[in-house]
Amino acid sequence: MKLSRILKTVLLIDFINGLIIAIKESFKSKKTLNYPFEKGKISPRFRGEHALRRYPNGEERCIACKLCEAVCPAQAITIESTEREDGSRKTTRYDIDMLKCIYCGLCEESCPVDAIVQGPNFEFSTETREELYYNKEKLLDNGDRWESLLAANIKADNPYR
Amino acid sequence: MIENLNILITEIYKVFLLLIPILTAIAMIVWLDRRVWAFVQKRRGPNVVGPFGLFQSLADALKYIFKEIIIPASANKIIFILAPIVTMTLALISWAVIPFSEEIVLANINVGILYLFAVSSLGVYGIIMGGWASNSKYPFLGAIRSAAQMVSYEVSIGVIIINVLLCVGSLNLTDIVLAQENLWFIVPLFPMFVIFFISALAETNRPPFDLPEAEAELVAGYQTEYSGMMYAMFWLGEYANILLMCSMGSILFLGGWLSPIDLYPFTLVPAPLWLILKILLLFILFALVKAIVPRYRYDQLMKLGWKIFLPLSLTWVVLTASYLFYFNLLPVN
Repeated sequence: MKLSRILKTVLLIDFINGLIIAIKESFKSKKTLNYPFEKGKISPRFRGEHALRRYPNGEERCIACKLCEAVCPAQAITIESTEREDGSRKTTRYDIDMLKCIYCGLCEESCPVDAIVQGPNFEFSTETREELYYNKEKLLDNGDRWESLLAANIKADNPYR
Repeated sequence: MIENLNILITEIYKVFLLLIPILTAIAMIVWLDRRVWAFVQKRRGPNVVGPFGLFQSLADALKYIFKEIIIPASANKIIFILAPIVTMTLALISWAVIPFSEEIVLANINVGILYLFAVSSLGVYGIIMGGWASNSKYPFLGAIRSAAQMVSYEVSIGVIIINVLLCVGSLNLTDIVLAQENLWFIVPLFPMFVIFFISALAETNRPPFDLPEAEAELVAGYQTEYSGMMYAMFWLGEYANILLMCSMGSILFLGGWLSPIDLYPFTLVPAPLWLILKILLLFILFALVKAIVPRYRYDQLMKLGWKIFLPLSLTWVVLTASYLFYFNLLPVN
């Protein structure tokens, strides 16, 4: 071994350098977020919790074309429909099993009327499995709650579609 | 009879007066450890429970208390339960002899340092018992490792203590501190302080010497089968030992409760506070080391202990003794 290397080992030079770096780094600004109190920015394309949207006049967008049901690779979506008196086709049942869903976003992309969308919400954990079997009511409710954000996100993402 | 009872009650009172602050200190020190570790890695660390997350350890303790204690079917039940109790008791009883100032000491015994050394050596039994009684391979391997490691590093700590004792001429911890009134032993014995610090890391199973619980190879070492409050007791014992090693270091080398300069603004600070500050300083160093150093390999650990530290500290004993003898500085009682 070289003398310089022996001296370096005996005098713990590397160790002391490491300590100095550690002390310096510990006073720098933190890179992590204060999570439940502050949240990171997410893209408008973010694929979170599902929602069924409505038209501004309150009519459901969904026309029961069942494209989402067909495209869903996890077969998480179940749709039943009837014809209304005015001749329009509407869903009587729209269920998503959130436990089956793989959040691929294909339902959102296949939808011709932007009815089913995946919103920015990713904090919807529950204590029972049953709460994660979403029905039409729950999905429409989600749509009403997140509508302003959903519309803004769709608009922001539009040039790239 | 009543007189005896009176003495008993005052002693118990004193013990509680010592024990409660120490247990609180351990809780705070765990928080500090996690916080320093996080800061070096530019994380935030526990900061939600209480101001700055100070009560995090209390929340953790509460969680541990309410968790189920699982005893493996093939475990040796008595020893399995005894192990964490032994670890924690041994870690706490050594605090009896630590002097916080010239007057504040629970048991000012003449062989204080010997007692401290003996009790900290016994600490390995808790780990061996835990590892053996679990009757499972990872705890067993962890226990074997920790036994070998703690025995090897105790040898060099013992020799380092001889260095200090040569300069003091007494085994009493109060005398050791008072002997440093003019010059802290860290100045003449600096290499010994460094070796003591590194050995203390190994003795308390701290990184980079945390081989007994090396999570990459041994799951959690001797604690693998423990859960709930029994795990928490191992954990408390470990941190009590770390705190003890820090206070031992500050008493042996950093002048215990003495203020760094014997001048006006410094003398105003109460003596125990100086000791606490020195312990904190050493502990922060412990925590920083945990954050920056990778784990040693087992053969490197043994090589460091037996081939480097032991000869070095033995040589230093000879040097110190000959220096003191030649210049006629040997302490005379």
